[in-house]
Amino acid sequence: MAPLARRGLFALATLTLLALAGCSEPAKGDSGSSSGDTIKVGILHSLSGTMSISEVTVQKSELMAIDEINAAGGVLGKKLEPVVEDGASDWPTFAEKAQKLISKDKVATVFGGWTSASRKAMLPVFERNKALLWYPVQYEGLESSPYIFYTGATTNQQIIPGLDYLKQQGKKKIFLVGSDYVFPRTANKEIKAYAAANGMEIIGEEYTPLGHTEYSTLVNKLAAAKPDAVFNTLNGDSNVAFFKELKNKGISADTMPTVSVSVAEEEVVGIGKENIAGHLVAWNYYQTTSGAANDKFVAAFKAKYGADKVTSDPMEAGYNAVYLWAEAVKKAGSTDVEKVKAAAKGISLDLPEGKVTIDGDNQHVYKTARIGIIRPDGQIKEVWNSGQPIKPDPYLKGYDWAKGLS
Amino acid sequence: MRRFGGPALFVAALLVMTLVVPNVLGPFRLQLLGKYLCFAIVAVGIAIAWGRGGMLTLGQGVFFGLGGYAMGMYLKLADAGGGLPDFMVWSGVDSLPLVWKPFANPAFALAMVVLLPTAVAVLLGLLVFRQRVRGAYFAVLSQALAAAFVILLVGQQGLTGGTNGLTNIQFFFGLDLYEESGQRLVYLVTVGVLAVVFVLAWQLKESRFGKLLVAIRDGEDRVRYLGYDPAVVKTVAFAFSAALAGIAGALFVPVVGIMSPAELGIVPSLAMLIGVAIGGRYSLVGAVVGAVLYNYAETSLSEAWPSGWKYLVGALFIAVMVWAPRGLAGLDLKKIEIKKIDIRKLDLKKVARR
Amino acid sequence: MIANQFVTGLSIGAVLLLIALGLTFTFGQMGVINMAHGEFIMAGAYTTYLVQSFAGTQAVAVALPIAFVVGGVMGLVLERLLVRRFYGRPLDTLLLTWGVSLILQQAAIDLFGAPNVQVSAPGWLRGGFHAAGVDIAYNRLFIMALAAAGVAGIWLYLTRLSAGRRMRAVMQNRQLAAISGVATDRVDQLTFFIGSGLAGLAGVALTLIGPVGPQIGTYYIVDAFLVVVAGGLGQLKGAVVAAVALGLLNSYVELWTNASLAKVVAFAVIVAFLQVRPQGLFVLRSRALS
Repeated sequence: MAPLARRGLFALATLTLLALAGCSEPAKGDSGSSSGDTIKVGILHSLSGTMSISEVTVQKSELMAIDEINAAGGVLGKKLEPVVEDGASDWPTFAEKAQKLISKDKVATVFGGWTSASRKAMLPVFERNKALLWYPVQYEGLESSPYIFYTGATTNQQIIPGLDYLKQQGKKKIFLVGSDYVFPRTANKEIKAYAAANGMEIIGEEYTPLGHTEYSTLVNKLAAAKPDAVFNTLNGDSNVAFFKELKNKGISADTMPTVSVSVAEEEVVGIGKENIAGHLVAWNYYQTTSGAANDKFVAAFKAKYGADKVTSDPMEAGYNAVYLWAEAVKKAGSTDVEKVKAAAKGISLDLPEGKVTIDGDNQHVYKTARIGIIRPDGQIKEVWNSGQPIKPDPYLKGYDWAKGLS
Repeated sequence: MRRFGGPALFVAALLVMTLVVPNVLGPFRLQLLGKYLCFAIVAVGIAIAWGRGGMLTLGQGVFFGLGGYAMGMYLKLADAGGGLPDFMVWSGVDSLPLVWKPFANPAFALAMVVLLPTAVAVLLGLLVFRQRVRGAYFAVLSQALAAAFVILLVGQQGLTGGTNGLTNIQFFFGLDLYEESGQRLVYLVTVGVLAVVFVLAWQLKESRFGKLLVAIRDGEDRVRYLGYDPAVVKTVAFAFSAALAGIAGALFVPVVGIMSPAELGIVPSLAMLIGVAIGGRYSLVGAVVGAVLYNYAETSLSEAWPSGWKYLVGALFIAVMVWAPRGLAGLDLKKIEIKKIDIRKLDLKKVARR
Repeated sequence: MIANQFVTGLSIGAVLLLIALGLTFTFGQMGVINMAHGEFIMAGAYTTYLVQSFAGTQAVAVALPIAFVVGGVMGLVLERLLVRRFYGRPLDTLLLTWGVSLILQQAAIDLFGAPNVQVSAPGWLRGGFHAAGVDIAYNRLFIMALAAAGVAGIWLYLTRLSAGRRMRAVMQNRQLAAISGVATDRVDQLTFFIGSGLAGLAGVALTLIGPVGPQIGTYYIVDAFLVVVAGGLGQLKGAVVAAVALGLLNSYVELWTNASLAKVVAFAVIVAFLQVRPQGLFVLRSRALS
């Protein structure tokens, strides 16, 4: 190498070292900028790595909600200023960035996370710092942190309605297929307890590693077992391979319907609508859900990010989280965490999925359960709903069969 | 190093890290620095195995994980205070699994931090090196080991916490990690361990064993003709690097408060290597500085440009490999002259093995 | 079931062979540990997605030659700009190409968005048939045919064409080839072009069975390397046998246990196998001492 280049690189290295030395944070708390004319809020999702396929669009809908609130004059006369960080699909990174948002940026609250693992990693950080996290994805329940608000469904608002629907349809023999991580394993434990109490039979339970894309053997097993229905808790990319394999093995939704709890409009695009049409999903929101609030949400999202974009349940739950927090701040007249928490209890808003109320006891939200069937055009048609928002019950205390699960 | 008066510089660096740095950095940045130092401990091991021994190990995450879980299991049990660790409760495990029981004993757990990774490395090393599997073969195998290890860990949710791993660890031998003072002490322990490990590695490198290791790297068959058994020498060096990774993993648990499979797979294992490549694999100081710099760069680049920082990290790898293949240390210390090899003068067999 | 799994195993083997075929060139013959190989596969898959905009449902067929060229050109650029400086330092190429793969993944997120995109299979590749107690899907048949065609093509190239013979000459003895008037530099470029082009082809085929998104390269890369290592570096025969054997192993182990264990067992078997044959199934004979 030319001596000049070598010297240049060495200088570069030295500069970086100097930056390391100089760029330390101020020792004891200051630089808190919730003062001034903006309120900082943290947005923490995976923008890189395997989870980015799911989390990027949730981040987009949260940013859109912030823009909308700002356009309408902000909160407490101040504009919201999003501070975006990348969780990089790595759980300790989520914890690290959460800590950074809290102690360095002094954000008023954080919206973020997708996987249970990322939430479990962040939980101690928020509890320790007495800061707020809004978690926007359906999850396996059995948790209720005083510093987390859960705007996605817990099990009794998604999985149990899904099972009720199968039971109502006379499906007796169920096969469980899931990715190998906490949500499917915990959900399947609950499903097995439900089945035992409701005269259903679990005839198979299979897990595949996250990111698995070879489903030929598993589908052979399904074909041999001939279940009445498949309960699918696969995550992300695996769904694409799974449904393509089902389709090509000639197994249709008529002979063996699947109920998926992690496949929404956006995943349908990646799977290919012709591969999944006719199968069932269980959520609390669809792009087709009727109501003025949803029409506005869908139109705004398409206007902002492109007419070919779709909206989905987790995106809506993220959007809701921002509005619910803003409402609580308005009611509290402050961004102080304890005041916001107190004010949030019982807040009720008309949001795209309908009426959403925060449960004061466990900081989850009341949600209407909806079972949908995937239409040939890739949209989801609602075939059943719970009629009214279901009270969240993360520990399934209201179900006799669930005793001994937690 | 010697030029500057090595020992004096070492002591000076130690003093700065223990006396000055904790008072300059805030608690959050200090915790991050602690994490970087854990990776610096791994880096010292890699500098021995790769830089000295020519074994490109892409599976250090496995050893990091073995050490980390050994420590994490003890801390979880201590936190649970006689009860079950939290994740077992929601995974539906009723009684403490047999493998967990001995980890309630801190002495056993600490011993396992070193012994487990060492044992796995010795086993793998003997199997692989005796059959003269080296170079790219070894690299690919160690990478596959990391992939298989993560799949195994994730599959045993009741035993290992699955993808979540072990989270929410609050106490470390009586220190409250949620308090600033506790974190500061853990940081100081990390600095101390790094210093000890560094001196050990330096001794190893300067010893006859270290010379033999380099000789094997540069001409394994010639050393064999001289009557040495390269497999044993390589296995010892590999096991040493594994033990260091295990110790680093064990320290990572109290520093970060988490141990999860996300830290152990192919990508994190490569990241451990990258720091060493940046700093200079032939230099122990380079490896330590490189590991700290690389991890610092990851943190600051991702904070500065969260949606595109991977471009910068990728560009950094490329720049280092193209312009500074011997790392930052190699820019300054031209003493170590590696044989420049031209593929035009090689046959395939050699290329494959290198 | 047992017979069914045999066909399944063959089809898994065909997928493994397709993703590893290009590596037998770049890794096996040139010693370059190309971590960006997975991203060339991704490029092939995205090429199919783009071709879809004008070729509609026939995208998979139309995209095959285009993806080969796209993958090949990407490989050629990589070779000319970077890898060229690294011959003889295979372990360094690993870190170098890892950086390249990070950049390509992020570029895919920025160009095509983070979520998966849809590639529709043509009508003639949908569904399957049932014969002699065995279910065979047309898309799997297509992948097996493509893998077989790839192997046949390479074999013909290496044995029948003068360019292929030059490639073999360089691979067996670079110095001797050079003195005999072979432009080794040109051969290297061509080798990289073909190897990366094959990754592009694999990408097209994978759109039939898997997702098309920014991460797909990372799902396949380790398996691809394992096939090449088990088969022996630069050994076409070895890659074929190793891929099929691993495919069958995977299908039966998964049948009797589960998918996670199947992956772990495959790894254990390869380590055990390398005890018996440390250089893979087939070894290039050479008189050179190391």
